[in-house]
Amino acid sequence: MTTQTTASDTPSAPAAGTQTGLIGIPPLLGRALATAGGALTVISTFLAWTWTSDFPGDLTVYGYPGGLQVLVLIGGALTTLLGLASFGVKGLRWLVPAGADAALKFAALATFGTVWYTVIAISVELGGLVNLEPGGYLVAVTSLATLLGALALPFRRPEPDPIDPDDSRWEHTRHRAAHSWETVKAAFSADAPPAVRRLPAYAEILVIVVVLALALTVFTYGIGTAYDELFIGFLITAGFGFGALSKSGLIAHASQITSRHQNITVCGAFVTAALFPFTQTDDQYATLGVYILIFATVALGLNIVVGLAGLLDLGYVAFLGVGAYAASLVSGSPSSPFHVHFPFWAAVLVGAAASLVFGVLIGAPTLRLRGDYLAIVTLGFGEIFRITANNLDGTSGPDVTNGSNGVSSIPNLDILGFDLGAQHDVGGFTIGRFANYFFLMLVITAVVVLVFRRSGDSRIGRAWVAIREDETAALAMGINGFRVKLIAFAVGASLAGLAGTVQAHVTYTVTPEQYLFAGPIPPNSAFLLAAVVLGGMGTIGGPLIGASLLFLIPNKLQFLGDYQLFAFGVALILLMRFRPEGLVPNRRRQLEFHEEAEAPTVLEPTGA
Amino acid sequence: MTTETTTRGETILDARGVTMRFGGLTAVRDVDLTVSSGEIVGLIGPNGAGKTTFFNCLTGLYIPTEGEVRYKGAVLPPKSFKVTAAGVARTFQNIRLFANMTVLENVLVGRHTRTKEGFWSAVLRGPGFHRAEKASRERAMELLAFVGLAPKADHLARNLPYGEQRKLEIARALASEPGLLLLDEPTAGMNPQETRATEELVFAIRDQGIAVLVIEHDMRFIFNLCDRVAVLVQGAKLVEGDSATVQGDERVIAAYLGEPFENAPGAEEVAEVEAAEAAQAETAEAAEATEAETEAAEAQAEPSTDAAPGKESDR
Repeated sequence: MTTQTTASDTPSAPAAGTQTGLIGIPPLLGRALATAGGALTVISTFLAWTWTSDFPGDLTVYGYPGGLQVLVLIGGALTTLLGLASFGVKGLRWLVPAGADAALKFAALATFGTVWYTVIAISVELGGLVNLEPGGYLVAVTSLATLLGALALPFRRPEPDPIDPDDSRWEHTRHRAAHSWETVKAAFSADAPPAVRRLPAYAEILVIVVVLALALTVFTYGIGTAYDELFIGFLITAGFGFGALSKSGLIAHASQITSRHQNITVCGAFVTAALFPFTQTDDQYATLGVYILIFATVALGLNIVVGLAGLLDLGYVAFLGVGAYAASLVSGSPSSPFHVHFPFWAAVLVGAAASLVFGVLIGAPTLRLRGDYLAIVTLGFGEIFRITANNLDGTSGPDVTNGSNGVSSIPNLDILGFDLGAQHDVGGFTIGRFANYFFLMLVITAVVVLVFRRSGDSRIGRAWVAIREDETAALAMGINGFRVKLIAFAVGASLAGLAGTVQAHVTYTVTPEQYLFAGPIPPNSAFLLAAVVLGGMGTIGGPLIGASLLFLIPNKLQFLGDYQLFAFGVALILLMRFRPEGLVPNRRRQLEFHEEAEAPTVLEPTGA
Repeated sequence: MTTETTTRGETILDARGVTMRFGGLTAVRDVDLTVSSGEIVGLIGPNGAGKTTFFNCLTGLYIPTEGEVRYKGAVLPPKSFKVTAAGVARTFQNIRLFANMTVLENVLVGRHTRTKEGFWSAVLRGPGFHRAEKASRERAMELLAFVGLAPKADHLARNLPYGEQRKLEIARALASEPGLLLLDEPTAGMNPQETRATEELVFAIRDQGIAVLVIEHDMRFIFNLCDRVAVLVQGAKLVEGDSATVQGDERVIAAYLGEPFENAPGAEEVAEVEAAEAAQAETAEAAEATEAETEAAEAQAEPSTDAAPGKESDR
């Protein structure tokens, strides 16, 4: 910050390199406290936390953890395991390839956060601390002790940054705040783990299976949370728990292993996703599943346009709409002016082709623009589509789309005699209507993933990235910029159209109001773009995770109500401030945004 | 120095009467330039002389207001990607790599015009796709080995040191298998060793049968390297010829240093001093006189650079 320096002016922080904790408890005691606290927390989840079952989840039963207690149990168990591993217990070393301390801190935070959220929620909702049973007090104390113990663990303090004595008080305050923030960050940071050694192939595949099973469990649990409190608790536990696993180095190891077996991982991921309907007893959550898949698939299509080719498209939802309208008009719906009923394969082709044509029609004039201009023009075209669909109602224009009433009563699909609208019993599992569509949508998602992966790693994909990086240089390399961009635009459009054909049948009705630029219900253009940016541009996992979160959070947190979009905006700003590369960073973008830090200089050929 | 070894072929680049106007400003005025195969041609001139603008006219980034550019007999199309496809590759004055792609990927992008695989081929991945991809990678690695970057194939381009970024730009340009390579200040910002290495590299490229047209400010580099040098001054070609001709040409020296002109401020004083000195000590040594002369030359050079009118940077 300054060149004039006086060493004496730094706060009384110990010199850099010394290993002390954030809290002045001896490290050994802290470690013991954290481990024992974690174990005690686990035990206390078997106690009653409150006397009445008015608080959702029934936390009154001794010996049987319910609702939020299960989350605390998981957090506590993780803390205990990491604590034991930090003592160097044999057989647990593999848990912490990157060191246990930072991970232990995160796990303690997860437990503490969930416990205290529960305790406070009980007190607030039931009216006062008196509603807590001794178990509730106990778990609050043990989790606090766990956290304090974990915070006492030593870490490498950052270099003290000397202060310029000539600065004003305000600047001094800012300086100290910045330094404290650095210290806290250092307390929660861990080194990169060493490379994982090669296991026999079957063991590595087993690891992948375990990882996928874990992912399915977490996702199923999240989607199945029945009440707001549980979902918030789930977010706290899952968020910090993921932090703990990532700091322990397990995530890095897992991703190294999955990147060695990319094809197996991708296939495994689809098998895992296909198992999801079998974990459900009724169709309630399969509904969410299919909507998430539609949203995620369209986001992934948008990622080709935005993430690879760098074309900011703010009207992308229009392509979904074109596909949906095209499919609905040939579906045999009574409100369609064309009284035809195409088989599914033909409807899909019609939908994708209509979106393709629309994409080329919009792209051809607009793709001569660059950057912000393109964004504004696509925003305009997105709205033009919606308004046109609104006006083709027989009074303002020819009767094609039935105006704002939309095309309704779209019949269910029937593929090779398999009625997707009916329930089917497969091996004792009941597969309902939405589960059927979930499987169909999964196939579409697979197509999009395939197109994304294969086109991204090829001549055309490299040309897209080159255009994104430097259009003038790309042209000088012989790339026909306009043509290549138009292909990206058209591919993105047809993939969205593909998803639209299924969406039309899932929702029964297609109205113009489903395809807004921004609105409370995803998918709309703003949410699609947010899912891509939030998840990570240019990756496959990013938009899928981003779309799941963006769909589930508004859906589960009903109490947010009108503040939903506000909260969403705040969250997005915070994310862009602290993690601009997204939740699942593309390696390139990670290098782009954090060039000074520990970024590796070599880009391994693992891709996204 | 190497003119003897080259075998001059037929003319491959033929620019005739190229004129480029931006509104009222004429950046390039009626320039003729030819490059024959197996030849290294230099293009020099003071800052703002229109060298890069002329380059941009050759590569289709600008469409010349007047005149035409022929490559191997055919008029070059007015789109830069078509020019590259026709066989004219270029590098940029301020390095324009694809910073967030790896070194290998950068060169593979350069192969774009020499491969045909489109979107469907990429998605369907037939045997043809794999064959073309493999061939491209092999060729790219050859080129990286040629410029000495093969060990860094997996590094991100942005992480390369400056000199290697220049080399990578050349490798990327060579990947399009050009007949003519245009280098825009390839040694800008390099130390003497790196400059020397670049010189070797350009000779090696020429020995592969690729003609080179190079813009440069480093005079030693250009006169070592080039078979022929053209001098651009204020948008017009002043002289063209081999190193000795250009180095000896008074107009070139004047263009860089300025020439003495009538009523130059300070000229009278210099004359007075000289006269006084001559009068004072007729036995003065010759060395002193020459010293005074150099001073005079400096005194004249300074105002003339200030007076250079209407220079417009085209970068």
